Amino acid sequence: MVKKIYFQLIFLSFFFIKEAFAAESGGMPQLNPEFWVSQIFWLILTFGIMYLVLSKLILPKISNNLESRKSQILENIEAAEKQREDSDTKLKEYDEIISKSKLEANSIFNQAKEKALKDIGAKREVLEKQIDNEIAEAEKEIDALRKNAPDKINKIAIETSSELLQKLIGTEVNNSSISAIVDDLSKRNGDKYYGN
Amino acid sequence: MAANPMSQFDVYRIGPEIKVGAFDISFTNASLFMILSTVSILLVFNLGSKKNSILPNKIQLLAELSYTFVSKMISDTAGSKAKPYFAFIFSLFMFVLFCNMFGMIPYTFTVTSHIIVTFVLAAFIFIGVTVIGFIKHGFGYLKLFVPSGVPAVLLPLIVVIEIISYLSRPISLSVRLFANMMAGHTMMKVFGGFVISLGIVGGWLPLSFSVALTGLEILVAFLQAYVFAILTCIYLNDALNLHH
Repeated sequence: MVKKIYFQLIFLSFFFIKEAFAAESGGMPQLNPEFWVSQIFWLILTFGIMYLVLSKLILPKISNNLESRKSQILENIEAAEKQREDSDTKLKEYDEIISKSKLEANSIFNQAKEKALKDIGAKREVLEKQIDNEIAEAEKEIDALRKNAPDKINKIAIETSSELLQKLIGTEVNNSSISAIVDDLSKRNGDKYYGN
Repeated sequence: MAANPMSQFDVYRIGPEIKVGAFDISFTNASLFMILSTVSILLVFNLGSKKNSILPNKIQLLAELSYTFVSKMISDTAGSKAKPYFAFIFSLFMFVLFCNMFGMIPYTFTVTSHIIVTFVLAAFIFIGVTVIGFIKHGFGYLKLFVPSGVPAVLLPLIVVIEIISYLSRPISLSVRLFANMMAGHTMMKVFGGFVISLGIVGGWLPLSFSVALTGLEILVAFLQAYVFAILTCIYLNDALNLHH
């Protein structure tokens, strides 16, 4: 669309150029060969010098700049990559150390716990044995006391009853006959007094 | 002078007449703008390549972007074999671009609006490309005129057409640039004249056209330089990589 309008305008302008030619009959200055040689000469001179300076001095510098920038950026990226890898390995090592020390701490804790439990168990066994022994001894004593108790009571009963009889009757009574009565009594009423 | 839209293309002598033998090589306004263009190109690119900082400043960025732009254009169209001709195509592109752009400044002279300038450039490219083609391929370069896959009956006709199209390359290349620049500048001048002749009442329409045309002409100035350079690349590609 723009192109179409543009070309129409160009045609329009050519129409006006024709008008202008008709009016002043100057023609196109481009087709006037008066300064052609001069233009060619100056074109070759300026373009040639520009080409030489650009190709020999300036363009190599620009390409050099671009190259060096590219390589420097690449180098920097490489260095950054390397450092990242280094930090990664360091991080891994650090993690390993931490997990290792955690494991160690755990094992130490477990060992201490086991040891303490063992100690406690041993001490408890010793104590229990002691307690058992004491209990057994006490039971023995109690048994002995219990066994001896009826005999002593019988003896006391015999002695008191013989003295009682002596004081009441005033004669010696045979101890053996008293003891026989007491034995008989205690056998009959033993359950009532001792309860077992 | 101002009334004629063609008078802006007048070449006139600046200073004395210089003659070498029968040839008049006087310094003219065309020479002045050629020197201005080349000197500004050298200035810009010299400034742009002086310091090599990792973070380029504006002018260095400009120089480097131009460099990569042209180098990409060449490698895209003509391949890696065209690398030795990079400097020439770069100079060509920059020269045409700067001449075109200088022409966009009011009261300046457009070097590339003269057929003789564009024709010398195009003829040099044509001869150079032909010589390169014959050096690289010998007489095998003539195979360029015989496209593959053409029926034998049509071959004589096709070969003639190919030869004519090849020989018309310098003409089409030079006329394209010259005609674009001349037409654009003439048109701007004509519309500028309308603004004056139609006065304050009717002058606004051609004025707005002129404003739009200025933008268009700046685009054309860049585009024609690009087209000139890329066609050179394409011709060079034909000479370097014969693939007919």
